[in-house]
Amino acid sequence: VENVRLLDRLSSRKAALGTLYLTATHVIFVENVSETRKETWVLHSQISSIEKQATTATGCPLLIRCKNFQVIQLVIPQERDCHDVYISLIRLARPVKYEELYCFSFNPKLDKEEREQGWKLVDLNEEYNRMGIPNNYWQISDINRDYGVCDSYPTELYVPKSATAHIIVGSSKFRSRRRFPALSYYCKDNNASICRSSQPLSGFSARCLEDEQMLQAIRKANPGSDFIYVVDTRPKLNAMANRAAGKGYENEDNYSNIKFQFIGIENIHVMRNSLQKMLEVCELKSPSMSDFLWGLENSGWLKHIKAIMDAGIFIAKAVAEEGVSVLVHCSDGWDRTAQVCSVASLLLDPYYRTMKGFMVLVEKDWVSFGHKFNHRYGNLDGDPKEISPVMDQFIECVWQLMEQFPCAFEFNERFLIHIQHHIYSCQFGNFLCNSQKERRELKIQERTYSLWAHLWKNHANYLNPLYRSDHGQTQGTLRPQMAPCNFLYKFWSGMYNRFEKGLHPRQSVTDYLMAVKEETQQLEEELEVLGERLANLQKSQLNDNKVKSKQQDRSKQLGLSTSDNSLANTPQEYSNDLKSFPSRSPSQGDEEDSALILTQDNLKSSDPDLSANSDQESGVEDLSCRSPSGGGCLPSEDSGKDSDEAVYLAV
Amino acid sequence: MEFAELIKTPRADNVVLHRPFYLAVEGTLCLTGHHLIFSSRRQDNAEELWLLHSNIDSIEKRFVGSLGTIIIKCKDLRIIQLDIPGMEECLNIASSIETLSTLDSVTLMYPFFYRPMFEIVEDGWRSFLPDQEFELLSSVTDEWRLSCINKEFSVCPSYPPVVVVPKSIDDEALRKVAMFRHGSRFPVLSYYHKKNGMVMMRSSQPLTGTNGRRCKEDEKLINATLRPGKRGYIIDTRSLNVAQQARAKGGGFEQEAHYPQWRRIHKCIERFNILQESLIKLVEACNDQSHNMDRWLSKLEASNWLTHIKEILTAACLAAQCIDREGASVLVHGTEGTDSTLQVTSLAQIILDPRCRTIRGFESLVVREWLQAGHPFQQRCAQSAYSNSKQKWEAPVFLLFLDCVWQILRQFPCSFEFNEQFLIMLFEHAYASQFGTFLGNNENERSKLKLPQKTMSLWSWVNRSEELSKFQNPLFEANSLVIWPSVAPQSLQLWEGVFLRWNRPSKFLDEAHEEMINIIKYNKELQAKVNALRRQLAEMETDDRMQENL
Repeated sequence: VENVRLLDRLSSRKAALGTLYLTATHVIFVENVSETRKETWVLHSQISSIEKQATTATGCPLLIRCKNFQVIQLVIPQERDCHDVYISLIRLARPVKYEELYCFSFNPKLDKEEREQGWKLVDLNEEYNRMGIPNNYWQISDINRDYGVCDSYPTELYVPKSATAHIIVGSSKFRSRRRFPALSYYCKDNNASICRSSQPLSGFSARCLEDEQMLQAIRKANPGSDFIYVVDTRPKLNAMANRAAGKGYENEDNYSNIKFQFIGIENIHVMRNSLQKMLEVCELKSPSMSDFLWGLENSGWLKHIKAIMDAGIFIAKAVAEEGVSVLVHCSDGWDRTAQVCSVASLLLDPYYRTMKGFMVLVEKDWVSFGHKFNHRYGNLDGDPKEISPVMDQFIECVWQLMEQFPCAFEFNERFLIHIQHHIYSCQFGNFLCNSQKERRELKIQERTYSLWAHLWKNHANYLNPLYRSDHGQTQGTLRPQMAPCNFLYKFWSGMYNRFEKGLHPRQSVTDYLMAVKEETQQLEEELEVLGERLANLQKSQLNDNKVKSKQQDRSKQLGLSTSDNSLANTPQEYSNDLKSFPSRSPSQGDEEDSALILTQDNLKSSDPDLSANSDQESGVEDLSCRSPSGGGCLPSEDSGKDSDEAVYLAV
Repeated sequence: MEFAELIKTPRADNVVLHRPFYLAVEGTLCLTGHHLIFSSRRQDNAEELWLLHSNIDSIEKRFVGSLGTIIIKCKDLRIIQLDIPGMEECLNIASSIETLSTLDSVTLMYPFFYRPMFEIVEDGWRSFLPDQEFELLSSVTDEWRLSCINKEFSVCPSYPPVVVVPKSIDDEALRKVAMFRHGSRFPVLSYYHKKNGMVMMRSSQPLTGTNGRRCKEDEKLINATLRPGKRGYIIDTRSLNVAQQARAKGGGFEQEAHYPQWRRIHKCIERFNILQESLIKLVEACNDQSHNMDRWLSKLEASNWLTHIKEILTAACLAAQCIDREGASVLVHGTEGTDSTLQVTSLAQIILDPRCRTIRGFESLVVREWLQAGHPFQQRCAQSAYSNSKQKWEAPVFLLFLDCVWQILRQFPCSFEFNEQFLIMLFEHAYASQFGTFLGNNENERSKLKLPQKTMSLWSWVNRSEELSKFQNPLFEANSLVIWPSVAPQSLQLWEGVFLRWNRPSKFLDEAHEEMINIIKYNKELQAKVNALRRQLAEMETDDRMQENL
């Protein structure tokens, strides 16, 4: 469709004229301006809603909201075209078969072997071995090998040694969707563990001997403690209501030596509405400070984030400080339970705060334990009431922790944002379907690529420059402040307003430091080369003494640099990576790319050989695209006298 | 008066000090004329706490049996608690502190007694003289002159002795203009934008009154700053409504009819007790220790602090934009021209002028646009957020300015030579200090108090390399551009370094800062090494060649 206008959300006056293309996988908007021909690419799977608004004199407006929080406003001149686009997009954004998803057509030009290598990057057996399992207390169980006991669990599960097949099967029959207690995390140092399950089918009075034995077995697997915590992550009221449906929670009288604890995290419907409300606030046009803060408070979003964090902190404390094992469940044990277990693991174990470890953590607590990615993130057309930002919340929890512990994580904010993007993008197979069983049936590993391999390949891009594996903050358990420090939880504009660059800090400390580290790396290399040349020269001048001292000097330098070696990355690789940013087709100067290019400008500016002014241009550009013509903000430079009038009148 | 008379109990033993995030410490409390000193002699960590009495904003006492407790709330927003055994000792100490922290006479303040323990390299009182500043200006334009019309503070009591005015306006005309402006604050040059020769001036409101008085000299003065055929903007920091009401009291604003080449824009920046209330509410919210704190955001909102930040920044951006983008000259004023006016003019300079983003340049900005421009520091900064005495002239105007600077610094973390600590330091010294810099309400009072002779300047202390290194931003890369901050609510944040400074653990953030410094330091070391090696190699290679040639 030609002569379409792409509106700038902040300024209705600024609009780009261009052509809209629909392909099998993307919506593409290409600007008419001949030199730049700026392109905006949106994956169909990212589209969360399309709204056709009332036709105006200028055309027919179409509003596309994306799951990665991008909002695109188009005006199409002809009503009929607009309707066609609308109908097509509705169909394209809601595929009914997995085969329609992008990952089945996405081809990053890797051969079969590379693809297989990619899928092997994260190996959960290896992870349990790392934790020290199997050992005297825990063993691997193949009871679910054909998904015979529980179809949403993986085939390989870790259970207490004393839990016999009879106990497991019995317990599974007493748990919602047969999700019996299984090991999520084991703490080598004190034998305390985190197990997870779904709610028991206790109703008002039912009990199950095998389930009680199962919990007993978990307790016995930690000989240092004479009780276990059972944490129900639901609000008490919700759990009680479940009893009427024959479900519910553990009765402390029936289970010996458990301490039962409610931690009120709201359900997926509350969370969905909360996000909705917060996004409405983010979308406000030139809101006042009060509008924004009120809206944020009313959405309850940060309160929910805090509830999840508090639950994770409680569990981490029980495991690390009290040495007590914990069984966590909610209703089905695949949403709140996944959030809470993974937050607790992240707090407990520094490994999960590395890039590789984080991939393992997501694979362990989310992918393998049957978090329903397809339903929650609406990959295929389904029940809108199943959609909920469960994983988004977990990712935000990680970000909030990164803000409080800036040196503790090996990865940076960009890593989290890209993972969030790919939960929805369906470009890689990792997050497809609702369970391991479904993924195996679809032969995902043979037909699609793994996100982890892709992220790992570009891992220099995702490093936190402040991370050092030998730093005090990296070691041991993280102990965040509990209540009443609510002010520690902040609005994440880098995520929820990520496409409005004008709102973000114009210079990124992370990128600056990454550039400095990169330069440091080059200097180290140069130092080595120079040292060698010097040594050769000196040798030729038969100056033995000097050679020795120089070499010593050099080896000292290298010793210092070992922790930075993983950073070895040349600017060329960096820009290659830019181009392969997955959400859009290569070489398109769309928003995301230009954001990264901007950071590259910053990188350059730290290079003494290049003009320090390279980020000047971008700063100015930013201003013009940010400047709204509405009141409260600055009039834009090219908005002319009229818009100035508007501003001043509005004041 | 002898301080000793005010101190009935100069020393108390077995006092226990409580602070958030620290274990309670037992030690000895001593009172001197200007300090409260707590020292603990514990073997493992002996420590001393020195607190200026003038830093104490309010004090509360409580008794449980014979154990007295004093809660001291400071102007830098810290709260400490002292448990003092003995009712009498406690009462004595509390009343001494109360008296000593509220002394009326300026000359009894600590700066008049303070003897520096450091070598004075440069006298800060002479670091930023108007003539030096003017020299910089006269190297780029000859349209302005220094006027000594206010030499004896006879024309305008709140102006410095020398001001910069258009060359074409003589002192006689200035005298007439002064009669037409509130407090005689006639328009003077605040900033000259080298890039396009546009200027920013500041003044107080014109005294038009209800019958629309006019003053030809005033019109001539401000028109003298316009290029032929160009228009200028008058930014009135009050809402139109407030400005109109001011006419009833003899004040007012420039009428379009008399200033046809100027377009007036009204911005609404709050003043006085509204700001003070806002600070009190904000600090209350930040200190709320109740465990049911899920209304944190609404309390933050209700304080309106960030709303004020947004308004001030927006007005400053507007002024900067008029100058840089519209190529127009600007006149800024509110009512007196000593508060919101200075916030706008100084922030606009930070946006426009890279020099103001260096340490030295920022100091010069504070001297020019706040101290010499007559911001009444003594009135505004006498009390902070905990005080019960609600004087109507108290207001955190300067703190709001510093907060705005911090907001810009946060958005452009590599464009400032100074760091957050530098801004926090200025906040502390504006409210309580051993230096005389922020005493008095204007240059007139300062000269009467003989501050340059009798007290030490803050700048003498800061501008030594030992101190400067604490305030340097390791990320700084000179950026010669105009920097446009975002004023959207998503971009503005609570200044935790000031408001949560005492109620949040800062260990991890400090460590991160240290790591950042290390990364950059290591890089610089390597650079030096590589350069040295390169030189050495080059030399050896030339030697080689010379030998070959031989």
